[in-house]
Amino acid sequence: MSKEEIIAELKNIITPYSEETIALQSIDDDTDFLKDLKINSANLVDIVLDIEDRFNIEIDNDSMAKMLTVKATVDIIENKRQGNAG
Amino acid sequence: MTATEILAKMPYGKDFLFVDEILKFDENGITGTYSFRRDLVFYESHFKNNPVTPGVILTETMAQIGLVCFGIYLLKDQDDDAKPAFAMTSNSIEFLKPVYPGDKVWVTSEKIYFRFSKLSCKVVMKNSIGEMLCKGTIAGMLIQQGNG
Repeated sequence: MSKEEIIAELKNIITPYSEETIALQSIDDDTDFLKDLKINSANLVDIVLDIEDRFNIEIDNDSMAKMLTVKATVDIIENKRQGNAG
Repeated sequence: MTATEILAKMPYGKDFLFVDEILKFDENGITGTYSFRRDLVFYESHFKNNPVTPGVILTETMAQIGLVCFGIYLLKDQDDDAKPAFAMTSNSIEFLKPVYPGDKVWVTSEKIYFRFSKLSCKVVMKNSIGEMLCKGTIAGMLIQQGNG
């Protein structure tokens, strides 16, 4: 799965949790979940659980704490997926 | 941790505490009861000459037993000075039968997940003959408060 495909999937997962339609349309590496998408901590937990299901990975507390931007989240997803493959 | 210790950690004052007793609990769920006293202040106005327990109070009762009491138990390994509090972040409740002044209810909660400080539960409320009164899901975030 390419980085672009991961971001596209991420956008699908996040969309139900954000009212910021313009920020969602222009989602990129630098998009910040809290500042740009105005996602609260409770919904961020559900997003992380959805990411676990969709990408078949397990997110630990340390990774969760870093998942504040699209770039950080894609990096973590890619790392965990490589871990699973190997 | 005992039921008495769970109730002692509840952060509510007497006018907004909607749990009388905790009957059973483990890592997967909890059951508790509450009797709606006839002199509760909202019955005067909800409704005029026709007292019925407001849905928002039923939801609060389900949350206090099913989320807050349960959450206090799940955090039992924390030190005694910790004062865990849960802020309700979402709920989806169906109200199937009315609850009247004087009614006693049984609330049972089952854990869906408790991860990254968010507790999500499936919660039901039943009456003394086991009829379902309300059911749904309630979630809240743990807020860690310091000492004092």
